[in-house]
Amino acid sequence: MLGALTILLVFQLAGEAISLGLSLPVPGPVIGFILLLAALLFRGGVPDELRTTATGMLQHFSLMFVPAGVGVMVHLSRLRDEWLPITVALVLSTLLTIACTALVMNWLMRRFSRKDAA
Amino acid sequence: MTPRLSDIWVYLSTTPLLGLTVTLLVYQGAFWIYKRANFNPLLNPVPISVAVLVLLLTVTHTPYQTYFDGAQFVHFLLGPATVALAVPLYPQLGKLRRAVIPVIGALIAGGIVAAGSAVGIAWLLGASDTTLLSIAPKSVTAPIAMGISEKIGGLPSLTAVLVMVTGVIGVISAKYILNFLKITDHAVRGFSIGVAAHGMGIARAFQVSEEAGAFAGVAMALTALASSILFPLLLWAFTR
Repeated sequence: MLGALTILLVFQLAGEAISLGLSLPVPGPVIGFILLLAALLFRGGVPDELRTTATGMLQHFSLMFVPAGVGVMVHLSRLRDEWLPITVALVLSTLLTIACTALVMNWLMRRFSRKDAA
Repeated sequence: MTPRLSDIWVYLSTTPLLGLTVTLLVYQGAFWIYKRANFNPLLNPVPISVAVLVLLLTVTHTPYQTYFDGAQFVHFLLGPATVALAVPLYPQLGKLRRAVIPVIGALIAGGIVAAGSAVGIAWLLGASDTTLLSIAPKSVTAPIAMGISEKIGGLPSLTAVLVMVTGVIGVISAKYILNFLKITDHAVRGFSIGVAAHGMGIARAFQVSEEAGAFAGVAMALTALASSILFPLLLWAFTR
């Protein structure tokens, strides 16, 4: 577990260094994610220890959003003043986004797999 | 002489230990309810934990910053966990490679709808300019959304809150929308929730299947990459 955690932190650190060094707008962890994927491809598989640790961490991914979520208390007054536009925009936009993304992807998947079969 | 209860509280309330422990306890309580309710999306543990913690902090007059001094240790894990998303994605790469065109098409459609409809609806209902600029990147993962918000003139900390609320709405509603639209492919289900509801969507998708989780992870990463490049470009084009 310690080894796997170190691997993850090393890749995150490399991502942060690249992001800062090249002043990219993409955050370090996302670059670290791409680097780790490239490393796994190069190696041709996932080490067991890394798989166990990653799976364990991602099972509790929700928990990691709680501290930032509690930050809602700092903005309660603005949210109270503009609750209607904010609530309607967030709810409708999120529903629309899920529906549009799913429909477009589903349609393209069917279209292109049919082409493959033909 | 034994210390008084209020003295103990004064000491404990200023150490990081309390914020961290309370976060873990509250989350595990919320998760226990969620599990007992057969993972009913309406009882997602994140909004429940947040509500309980906000209530606790308000009742005890604890400032958010004091709480965060402890909770930041949990918050910190978001970084390595994001890197760890490469692990479940690896076995799905074959399927991802065959779905390159659907993935890119869905990303473009979803991204435009996510930002455009949020700003459009909020504008129609008379939201302030600050709110409009802060709401635009609401479907992007928090660290990037905050960066974008800052670049285009919104309030990064307000954006963080709007991103969280978006995530909660996404994880609660996704199952119902996708079932209604009769979407059965786990890759499509995962990807759409990842585009709309970033990391929180990924967490939800992993509770359904590895495949859904992996595609939600790809969606979050691609949305992050695309929007961190496109938002500043759009602003540049509009302000010229």
